[in-house]
Amino acid sequence: MKKKFQCEVDCANCAAKLQEALGKVDGLEAVSVNYMTQKLTLTAADERFDEVLGAVVKRAKQIEPDTVIHI
Amino acid sequence: MTKKQKTMLARIAATLALFAAVLLTDRLALRGGAPTAARLALYAAPYLLIGWDVLRKAAVNIAHGQAFDESFLMAVATIAAFAVGEYPEATAVMLFYQVGEWFQGYAVGKARASIGELMSIAPEYANLERDGTVEQVDPEDVPIGSVIVVKAGERVPLDGTVLAGESFLDTTALTGEAVPRRAAAGDAIFSGCVNGAGTLRVRVTKVYEDSTVAKILELVENASEKKARLEQFITRFARVYTPAVTIGAVLLALLPPLVLGQPFGGWIRRACVFLIVSCPCALVISVPLGFFGGIGAASRIGVLVKGGNYLEVLADADTMIFDKTGTLTRGEFKVTRLLPAEDASEEELLSLAAHAEGLSNHPIALSIREAYGAPIDAGRLSEAVEEAGYGVRLRCDGRELLAGSAKLMARHGVACTPCEAAGTLVYVACDGTYRGCLVIADAVKDGAAEAIAEMKRVGIRRTVMLTGDRAAAAQAAAAELGIDEVHAELLPADKVARAEAILGEGGGKVGFVGDGINDAPVLMRADVGIAMGSLGSDAAIEAADIVLMDDDVRKIAATVRIGRKTVRIVRENVAFALAVKFLILILGALGLVGMWAAVFGDVGVLILAVANSMRTLKAA
Repeated sequence: MKKKFQCEVDCANCAAKLQEALGKVDGLEAVSVNYMTQKLTLTAADERFDEVLGAVVKRAKQIEPDTVIHI
Repeated sequence: MTKKQKTMLARIAATLALFAAVLLTDRLALRGGAPTAARLALYAAPYLLIGWDVLRKAAVNIAHGQAFDESFLMAVATIAAFAVGEYPEATAVMLFYQVGEWFQGYAVGKARASIGELMSIAPEYANLERDGTVEQVDPEDVPIGSVIVVKAGERVPLDGTVLAGESFLDTTALTGEAVPRRAAAGDAIFSGCVNGAGTLRVRVTKVYEDSTVAKILELVENASEKKARLEQFITRFARVYTPAVTIGAVLLALLPPLVLGQPFGGWIRRACVFLIVSCPCALVISVPLGFFGGIGAASRIGVLVKGGNYLEVLADADTMIFDKTGTLTRGEFKVTRLLPAEDASEEELLSLAAHAEGLSNHPIALSIREAYGAPIDAGRLSEAVEEAGYGVRLRCDGRELLAGSAKLMARHGVACTPCEAAGTLVYVACDGTYRGCLVIADAVKDGAAEAIAEMKRVGIRRTVMLTGDRAAAAQAAAAELGIDEVHAELLPADKVARAEAILGEGGGKVGFVGDGINDAPVLMRADVGIAMGSLGSDAAIEAADIVLMDDDVRKIAATVRIGRKTVRIVRENVAFALAVKFLILILGALGLVGMWAAVFGDVGVLILAVANSMRTLKAA
C-alpha cells in the first residue's frame, strides 16, 4: 500500500536526512520525503502498514523533533 | 506567511531592538572592550532570545549521535565566540543565521504558493443529479455514469460527455490557452476547465481519481521527486562539504597555535568563521527550488514535465525525432481520390474497401467507412486479421478482402499497378484480384511548420521524422514542415531500431515526440519522450516524460527555453554560492574577515541564491 501524508519539514537538508534515516525502518518498502511539496510518501505491505507508520512517525520525531507529520 | 513564520519574524524584530539597546548600553555605560561577566550577561539576553531553539536542537541532535548538523555548528561557533569574548559577534551571528533561515522558509513558502495557485485547478464540489434533485457532493464520491450539472462560472469537476447544454470552456488551467473551447451535446469535456455562461448537463465518464485534473496534480507533485543531476550532485556535495569544513575549523583552531606557539583566541575566531560558512544551505535549497519553479513555469503553458531531470535533459537536446501521424499531422484522414482498377468502378472499390476495413479502428479505416457513408453489416464479415504495418485481411460473404499497403499486396501475391499520388495509399484486393487504390490524405497540423522552425531557432539541429506511412506522403509532409531527415514505411519495430541507432550516435540528447500506443517503446528509450496529452493514447502519456496537454507542438520550443533558463539559473547559483563560500573560507583562514562579515556573506548568498531561483517560475 502506498500512502501520502502532509508534513512540515523546515529545510531541504532535513528532508534529505529524514528520508535516509527513515529508509532503515523495518517493514518499509519505500519512503520519500519531498521538501518542495511537504509530502511524505510511504510504501509498505498492507497488513503491516499501520505498524510501520507508527514506527516511522516515532523515528521521525527522534531525528527531527521539529517535523510534524499529519496523519 | 504561516503562524510559525509570523512568530519568528516578531522574535527577530524583538531581538534586533534588544540587540540595538544592548549595543548602545555597552558603548555608553560599560565602555565596551574587555570581556566581563556584566557584558556577557547583557549580550546573553538577545542571544538567547533568538537562539534558544537552535541550542536546544543542537543538544537533541548530539544526543542522537548526529554531529554535523547546522544547529550544532552554529551553537559551537557562537559559544566559542562568547568564550573568546566576542560578545557582539556571537549575538550577531546567531541573529543573522536565524534571519537566513526565516528567509529561506519564506521564499520556499512563496514558491509553493505560486505553484499552488497554478495548481488550484482542483474542484471542490460537484453538482450531482439524483432522483430529480441536484446536490453538492465531493467529486471523489461521484461514480461513473452519474449525471452532474456544471453551472455558469463553475469549474468542471470530472471528465465526462455533455448530455445537454451549450457553453464555452476556459481551458487555461490545463493548456495555458486563453481561447475558449466550445462544448455542446456529445462533446467530451475535461475536469479543470472553467465553464462559461451556459449550464451543462454532463454524464461522468471517469471517477475523480482517474480524471484529468487528478492526474495532472499527481504528476506535478511527483515531478519534484525526480531529481535532476544537479540536485543529486548538490546533495552529495553537502554531505562532504560540511564535515570537511568542520574538520578544517578544528584544525585551524588547534594546529597553528600549537605549532606556531600563538595564542588560541585569534585562531579560534578564525575557526568560527569556518563553522559559520560550513552550512551549504544556500545550495541545498536553491537548486530544488529552481527546478520546482521551472516545472511550474512549464505547467503554466500547459506542458507537464514529470521531473526536474527531464528539464535538464531537454535543455541539452540537439536532436528531435517525430512520429508523423497524430503528432505532426492532425490524424484526421480523409479519402481524397479513388483510383479503381480497369475493370472496377469507384463505387465498387469504395464498398470493398469499406467492408475490408469494417472491423478496424485505425483512423484510416474510419475515414474509408466515413467516405462510404452507409453502415457496414458486421455479420457479413469474418476471420479478420490485422497485419501491423501492412494492412487488414478478412472474409466478406466468403470472399477474401485485402486492404493495405503495396507491401500487403506483394505479401499476398496480388499484382497491382503502383500509384504515385502523394498521401496514404490503400490498395484493395478481392479474392486475389486487384480492385484499385484509395488516396487518403492527412493534413499537417496548424502551426507545426512554425513549431519546427522555432525548435531549430532554439538549438535543435537535427530533426527526424519516423513513420509507417509511404515515402511519398512522408516526404511531402517533411518538406512542408521543414524536417531534414525522413524515414518512411517503417514497421513499429523498425521505428525503435531507427531511434536506437540515432541514440547511439552520440552528441547531444535526443527527444522523441509521439502519440500512439506503438510510440510507447520509443518514448521510453529516448533521452526525453514527449507525448500528446489530449488525443494521445494513455500508453504514450504513461511512457512519456513530458506531456503536451493540448497537443500543440509549438510548446516544445518554449519548454526547451524553460529548461535552458532553469539550468542556467541553477548553475549560476551553484557557482556563485560556492565561490563566495570558498572566498570567505580563504579570507577567514588568513584572518582577513571577521565573523560579522562571514555571516553577512553567508546569509547574503542565501538570500540572493533563493531570490534568483524564484526567477525560474517566470521562465515561460
